[in-house]
Amino acid sequence: MSSSSYSPHGLHGLMAEFDTPTGLVRAAEAASHAGYRKMDAFTPFPIEELHHALHVPRSKLPLIVLLGGICGGLTGFILQWYVTGYDFPTNIAGRPLFSWPSYVIITFELTILFASIAATLGLLGLCGFPMPYHAVFNAPRFERATQDGFFLCIESHDPLFELDKTKSFLTGLDAKGVTEVAN
Amino acid sequence: MPQEQELLDRQPETPKEILGHGYTFDGITNQISNLPLKGKMPLMWYGCIAAGLALTGVLGLVVVLLFAKGVGIWGIRIPVGWGWAITNFVWWIGIGHAGTLISAILLLLNQQWRNSINRFAEAMTLFAVACAGMFPLLHMGRPWIFYWMFPYPNAMGVQPQFRSPLVWDVFAVSTYATVSLLFWFVGLLPDLATLRDKAKNPAVKLIYGALSMGWRGSVFHWNHWETACLLLSGLATPLVLSVHTVVSFDFTVAIVPGWHSTFFPPYFVAGAIYSGFAMVLALAIPLRSAFHLKGLITDKHLDNCGKVMLATGLIVAYAYLMETFTAWYSGSVYEQQAFWNRMTGPYAGYYWFLLTCNIAAPQALWFRRIRQSPAWLFAWSIIVLIGMWLERFVIIVSSLAQDYLPSSWGYFHATRWDVATYVGTLGFFTLAFFLFVRLLPAISMNEVRMLLPQAKVEHEEAHVE
Repeated sequence: MSSSSYSPHGLHGLMAEFDTPTGLVRAAEAASHAGYRKMDAFTPFPIEELHHALHVPRSKLPLIVLLGGICGGLTGFILQWYVTGYDFPTNIAGRPLFSWPSYVIITFELTILFASIAATLGLLGLCGFPMPYHAVFNAPRFERATQDGFFLCIESHDPLFELDKTKSFLTGLDAKGVTEVAN
Repeated sequence: MPQEQELLDRQPETPKEILGHGYTFDGITNQISNLPLKGKMPLMWYGCIAAGLALTGVLGLVVVLLFAKGVGIWGIRIPVGWGWAITNFVWWIGIGHAGTLISAILLLLNQQWRNSINRFAEAMTLFAVACAGMFPLLHMGRPWIFYWMFPYPNAMGVQPQFRSPLVWDVFAVSTYATVSLLFWFVGLLPDLATLRDKAKNPAVKLIYGALSMGWRGSVFHWNHWETACLLLSGLATPLVLSVHTVVSFDFTVAIVPGWHSTFFPPYFVAGAIYSGFAMVLALAIPLRSAFHLKGLITDKHLDNCGKVMLATGLIVAYAYLMETFTAWYSGSVYEQQAFWNRMTGPYAGYYWFLLTCNIAAPQALWFRRIRQSPAWLFAWSIIVLIGMWLERFVIIVSSLAQDYLPSSWGYFHATRWDVATYVGTLGFFTLAFFLFVRLLPAISMNEVRMLLPQAKVEHEEAHVE
């Protein structure tokens, strides 16, 4: 078990496993009720009910995507305006050099392209990916979290975290097993 | 062993169920992840890979010959300069549309049955777009300078012509390919993490681990991930409708009789989804039999796909009718002549055959017995795929062969190299698709888990504080 500068116990936290989504949600609600705030849950599929119990903030992704889309739209429009009007002005069937209706398609396509790239990179950025190491992977049976296990982790930097008390609290929530997670 | 397979092919017991009865989280995970991890492929897989490899070889051969001799090895001669190459381009890109429809539009409409077919349909989209993209590139004659189509500062001092639909198409198709790839990758992240956690071989674990980028299934990940999927669906929905619209602009903006019509965009989009669903069925039916996935891709899925095919087929039928009516009603002799030539001229055989394939035959899909019989449905999907290829062929070739000036009329003869290029891309598509089935989860594990009754959180159960 390695020690860490910011963790008083050399621990990342305590990990409790549950058999069902319902068990996990109940436990998360109870832990939240008891005043724990530094928690995370790990599930093999998204569970809406956990968001409330764990105080998950609304994702900032929509804003990132909006900004990406605006950048894309401006890029598309200005690019065509500059090319057809200034860089390479050509008379096409007598149309004005600034013929904006014909710019609509590419402006639209680049809006979607930039917004989608922003959505993907934004997702990776907000999740902190790529992240090859994380302490929770040290938890035994944690590989079940991407298959059929439902985990709740109370982290050691929570103000209320006390190893023995928190452990008995989690055990009291019908957890299948409670283990210490090394940092 | 046979007993186990019977278990995997169970069907839903009540009309409300989408999946086969009695699945567990672990059962789903094992069944889907065993394909890439255990790699025990049925005989059909080896056959498809062999055929795919052989035909991809043929494609390579044609491409080398094409580079050496030029596009003249194809049957394209003035007046028909587009021929099979552009027909194949439109056909392939149309097929791609069903994947995006299933993954994006059906997600926004909250159609949960899409969850077990979206992954391989998206893969189908990617490979179909790759095949589509080859044709305009090869058709350019000098594909090695394809980058001239993009605006970039260059020593020649020239730039693309932004008022041309052909340039719009470059942007539409490349955006479509990129966005489809991103959406597919985002959807794959949690499943790649499952493969990482299940893999026994350290090298395999490392590869899936790197691809999954450290996914832990944290509630914070899921929060961003669900938002990302929703946003990407919202972006992909107008995109998919725009792509075939822009493809149709390649025709409608030209003044060729039979092409110059404001009617093309919705008509092309409906046709694209029609042929796309036919391809989804043509892939899903053999796939679910050979890999024992009938409990995940159930008869209900086939039934629903059949219904979508019928609906889009009816839109296409309406489009044919209105197209003909508009030609007559336009009062333009050239337009009228173009349609009269289609029906009675040198391409009349193709025209009537495509009407049989696309309009007459699919009426059988009104019957539940046909929609629920995989064999019939498979046959019907092939008929529709043939019909939709012929539709594009007739639009392109018959219009070009006989336009305004009768003295310049011609007739298009396809060469063996036309056939070889087309069959080559079919081979490439098959190869890519079956490699995908071998290497990645062909069905989205995390989305299928959500469909199970045990995935629902029980509320207000005797829970005492």
